Amino acid sequence: MTSLSVPPRDASTQPTGRAARPVGRRRDWRMAGEILLFTAPALVIFGLFVVVPIARAVQFSLYRWKGFGPLVDFVGLQNYVSVLSNEVFRGAVGHNLFIVVASILIQLPLGLAIALLLNRRIRGRGLLRTIIFVPYVLAEVIAGVVWFQLLQPGRGVVETLLGTVGLDGPYQGFLGTPELAMPTLMVVLTWKYVGLAVLLFLAGLQGVPDELTEAAQIDGASWWQIQRRVTIPLLGPTIRTWAFLSMIGSLQLFDMVWILTGGGPANATTTMATFLVNEGTKRQNYGIASAASVVLFVIALTMAVLYQRFVLRRDTSGADVLRGVR
Amino acid sequence: MSTTTRVQTSSSELNDPAALRLSGGQSLPPRSRRPKEGSGRRDGGVLVYLAALIVVALTLGPVLYAVLGGFRSNAQLAADPAGLPDPWVLDNYRRVITGSTFWTYAVNSLAIAVITTVVTVVAGLMAAYPLARYQFRWREPLFMVFVVGLLFPATVAIIPLFILVTRDLSMGNTWWGVALPQAAFALPMTIVILRPFLMAIPREMEEAAIMDGASRMQFFWRVLLPLSAPGAITVGVLAFVGSWNAYLLPLLLLRGDMKTLPLGVADFSSQYSSDTAGVFAFTTLAMVPALIFFLAMQKRIVNGLQGAVKG
Repeated sequence: MTSLSVPPRDASTQPTGRAARPVGRRRDWRMAGEILLFTAPALVIFGLFVVVPIARAVQFSLYRWKGFGPLVDFVGLQNYVSVLSNEVFRGAVGHNLFIVVASILIQLPLGLAIALLLNRRIRGRGLLRTIIFVPYVLAEVIAGVVWFQLLQPGRGVVETLLGTVGLDGPYQGFLGTPELAMPTLMVVLTWKYVGLAVLLFLAGLQGVPDELTEAAQIDGASWWQIQRRVTIPLLGPTIRTWAFLSMIGSLQLFDMVWILTGGGPANATTTMATFLVNEGTKRQNYGIASAASVVLFVIALTMAVLYQRFVLRRDTSGADVLRGVR
Repeated sequence: MSTTTRVQTSSSELNDPAALRLSGGQSLPPRSRRPKEGSGRRDGGVLVYLAALIVVALTLGPVLYAVLGGFRSNAQLAADPAGLPDPWVLDNYRRVITGSTFWTYAVNSLAIAVITTVVTVVAGLMAAYPLARYQFRWREPLFMVFVVGLLFPATVAIIPLFILVTRDLSMGNTWWGVALPQAAFALPMTIVILRPFLMAIPREMEEAAIMDGASRMQFFWRVLLPLSAPGAITVGVLAFVGSWNAYLLPLLLLRGDMKTLPLGVADFSSQYSSDTAGVFAFTTLAMVPALIFFLAMQKRIVNGLQGAVKG
C-alpha cells in the first residue's frame, strides 16, 4: 500500500520510447521470450528432478533390474503382480490407509479443540501458540529418536511413569510388541502433527470476521454455540485443505517409521514407503521398488482426485462461506 | 446447563470491551483489545487454563525430557528415568560441542538448506510471475503442471532420483546433489502459494508503472518483488525447514563427512544406543537451530499461509 509511492524512476529518462512501441507480433514474441525466461529455471529443475525420475520409476517398474548393467530384462507387469500379491506390501497399504483415517479422526477434533482454545483471549496465548508448534518444527527423525529413547522397553521414561501408577509396560516394549506398535506410532504421529492442524486452523480462525462472533454474542449465544454455529462452519475450507495435506502426508510416511520400528515388529508397521526403500536400497530390487512406488503414486493420485472431486470442489465453488453460515 | 451459560454471557456482556468497541473503540489498534478482554471474558476460567496446561505438558514434555536428559549421566537415567539432573552433568553436551562430527553435519545441513531455499525462492518467484500476471494461452495448463506436482511424493521418485543424481549427474554425496532435488519438490508448493500474492497486486498499479515507462521487467523488480516479500519469506522458511529436516534423500545420497544433522542424529542413536544421555545431548543440539529459526519466523508463516488459503 505504501509501495504505491514507488513508481519506476526512469519514467523521465525515456519519456515516449516505450509507449510508442508498435503493438503486434513483435510484442507477442517479446512476451513469449519473457515467459520462457522467467519460467525456465523452475521448469528445468522441476522437469529434471521430478518429472524425469517419476517417468523413470514407471520405466524401471517394467524391468527386472538390480541396478547394474543395461535395462534389458523386460518383464511387463510382472513386478506389479509380485508387489500386489506380496503379503507385506498389502499389509503396508492397509497400514497407510489406517494411518490416513486414524490421523484425521484423531487430529481433527484434537486440533480443532486446541485451536479454539488458543483462539480464546487467555493469558499467555502467544506463548501457547508457539509451544504447540514445537513438535511440528522438529525433524521427524529427531522427534523419532527422542521417542525411541522414551519408549525403550524396561528403562524408558514412559514405562517408568506408567509404573508409578501401577501399570506394567509390555514385556517387549511398546514398539516391540506387534499389536501395540501401530497404536504407539499413532500416538507419536499425533504428538508430532497436531501442531500443523492447529497452525492452519488458527490461520483460518483469523479470517473469521469479528463482527460475526460479536453479533452472535450480542444475540446471547454462548461461547460454545458461537464456535459450533459460526466459527467451525467458517473453518470448513481450512479443515478440508488440512485433511488433504494430512492424507497425502500419511500415504508417504517414512521417516518416523524407519526410526521407530523400521517397519517391524513382524512388519506390523511397514508402510508403502518403508517397503519400497527396503526393496530398493537393501535388496537392490529396483524393479519391485519402482512398481511399489508407482502403486503408491496411483493410490495417492486416486485419493487426491476423489477428494478434489467430492470434497474440495465445494471450496472452489465460492458460495461456501454463505453456505457455512446459513 | 444452557441457562447458566446464557446468564453468564449476558452478564459478562456488560463489561465486555468487545461490545463497547462498536461505539467508540474502533479507532484503537486491535492489539489493545487483548489484555482487556483477557480479564473481561473469563467464561471457562480455570478449566481453560487447566486444558492449556495439559496441552503444554504433553507437547513440551518429550522435548524437555531430552534437553534435561542431556544434562544427566547414564547412571542417573538408569537409576531414576523420571528424575531431574542431580547433579547437572555438562559432559554430554561438551563432548558433542567439542567433537567435530556435529559441526561438520551442521555445516552440511546449513549449506544444503540455504542452497535449497535460494533456488526454490528465486525459481519459484520467477515462474509465479508470468503465471500470475501474463495473459497467454498456456498459462493455466502450465500452472496445472506445478499443481499436479504437488501430488508427486518424493518417495515415489526416490530410486530413480538416487540413480540420476549419483550416476548420470555425478552429484552423489554433494550439497547440490541433495539441494536441487529438494528445491524441485518444494517448487510446486512455492508457486501455488506465491501466485495469489502476485495476482493480488492491482492491475492499476501495473498500468501506472507501464504508463510511467517501466518495462515488465522493471515492474517485476521494483514493484512486484517488494510487495510479494511476505509470501516469499513464507515459502523460503518452508523450503528451509523442509530441507533442514529432510531424511530420506540425504539418507540415500550422503555418506561420511557429507551427512546432515538428521542423519547424524539417527547414526548416533543407533551407534551409541546404550548412551542415552549422549543421544539426548546430540539430539537436543540438533533440534535447537531449526526451533529458533522457525519460532522467530512463525508469525510470518501464519500470515503467509493465511494469504494463500484465503484464495
